[in-house]
Amino acid sequence: MSEDLYQEIILDHYKNPRGKKVEIDSLAQSYQVNPTCGDEVTVEVGQNPDGTLLVSYDGQGCSISQASASVMSELINGKTPAEAAPIQKAFMELMKSKGQLEPDEEVLEDAIAFAGVSKYPARIKCALISWMALADAQIKAQLTAATTQRNG
Amino acid sequence: MFDVNKLRADFPILSREVRGVPLVYLDSGATSQKPTQVLDAERHFYETSNAAVHRGAHALAEEATDAYEAARQTIASFVGAKIEEIVFTKNATEGINLVAYAFSNATDKARQGIEVDRRFVVGPGDSIVVTEMEHHANLIPWQELCAKTGATLKWFGLTEEGRLDIQPGVIDSTTKFVSVVHQSNLLGTINPVKEIMDMAHAVGALGMVDLCQSVPHMPVNVHELGADFASWSGHKMLGPTGIGILWGKSDLLNAMPPFLSGGSMIEMVHMDHSTYAPAPQRFEAGVPMAAQAIGLARACDYLSELGMDNVFLHEQELTAYALEELAKIPGVRVIGPTDMRDRGSAVSFVVDGIHPHDVGHLMDAKGVAVRVGHHCCWPTCRRFDVPATTRITTYIYNDKSDIDQAVAGIKSAQEFFGSGIAVSA
Repeated sequence: MSEDLYQEIILDHYKNPRGKKVEIDSLAQSYQVNPTCGDEVTVEVGQNPDGTLLVSYDGQGCSISQASASVMSELINGKTPAEAAPIQKAFMELMKSKGQLEPDEEVLEDAIAFAGVSKYPARIKCALISWMALADAQIKAQLTAATTQRNG
Repeated sequence: MFDVNKLRADFPILSREVRGVPLVYLDSGATSQKPTQVLDAERHFYETSNAAVHRGAHALAEEATDAYEAARQTIASFVGAKIEEIVFTKNATEGINLVAYAFSNATDKARQGIEVDRRFVVGPGDSIVVTEMEHHANLIPWQELCAKTGATLKWFGLTEEGRLDIQPGVIDSTTKFVSVVHQSNLLGTINPVKEIMDMAHAVGALGMVDLCQSVPHMPVNVHELGADFASWSGHKMLGPTGIGILWGKSDLLNAMPPFLSGGSMIEMVHMDHSTYAPAPQRFEAGVPMAAQAIGLARACDYLSELGMDNVFLHEQELTAYALEELAKIPGVRVIGPTDMRDRGSAVSFVVDGIHPHDVGHLMDAKGVAVRVGHHCCWPTCRRFDVPATTRITTYIYNDKSDIDQAVAGIKSAQEFFGSGIAVSA
């Protein structure tokens, strides 16, 4: 039953986080905390000359929160805000699905491993915290799909 | 000593399964389970005598009022208090806020030239003293009071072992109020509250104790604690949710301005001013929680039948066993005292390389319900440099086999994550 939650992909990202504490030229950052358990994450975003996103994060917390941040940075780094938006949307929808949604691997790649987390209400926030921080940092940096379209 | 197997039959929830396995409930520090006797007492009240208490003159209103006040007497006797010293609140948090608001309301009124008891007036230059092991419920109301009045918040720090570091000079001539937890809900430490209350009184300050983790688990006589106020909750001592107790010395309660105001807390009401009933009614505005009071009184009787000395001994034995078994697991570190001196039954620990949330989740997968997180003691976690802990708390219905299940759950978490895995920073 724990296997539902702790997919091999999650344990791998937890033990070998990608994109953590990478130094980037950041435009904005967002610090988020889960007040029920004390998990913390800071996500920074910047922009490459070609307009794609640079993402870095740091934080401490449970395997779900840390693996989710790692998967997020891998998925979003190097994507344009317009390319990132549907991935972010799909992840949010997956987390709200209570285990009822078949995730689209084409869109979510490694993030499909979090499908099982949506069955545990107490853990959804763990998986979402870094994605919330990313969305908040993007708004601050005006690097959301909407702002960049308008600006561009 | 009582028979755990026999009394477990009084708690139907303990025979259910969770996640497909039998439930092992080790989270009574968060809330206790309720025996049938308590549930029946509430049901009986609703089925036979339900009416709004302290208003109306019909037969049911009289019976309900009698039952409500009899419950107050039972609860008072359980902790060695007088009936007029017992105020019903919705929980322990409200009891602490009630006292904190007495200070801020008296201070506000004094600023407007209204006559109030000066013991409740605080301002710049005054200090309020707490400790680094307080539950947020006994910290934030005092932070708020300081923010509103300009008083300064001070606190006793903690030793590495998880005991209060009682340094001279924290309580001094500026101190107006001292509020301390009796038994820490995170560390399990039992504090020398009498000594601290004596220090408070020596400088003319008033004092309060948070009894949430002591009244359910050990014999407590409120008058022997040396405090002026105490607060605890009903739901952690086999009683219903929605009821807590504020105990206070009568002369102080009667000198305090009201907290929540409205119906039934009054003496005389005019369009432009009112006078207030004496305590405890002064602090019980609105139709109170009669069924919960009756349920809580039944919980007190249930505990009295077992004997609080026996409850304490039973849990001391279980706690000693838990500490002994946890010490045998490599990579497990207890946060809080590791010996039984002045120690209650809350046992917090961390497991190397595994976040408490993950430990708790894997224990839950084996049916073992424990608490994970900062336990509303974030500054205490920070003091011990841990983001959170996993916590075992026992009660009358637990036995050593429950501790064995918890230990098996911790080991399964270590196996699952690979014992001592190095997580790259």
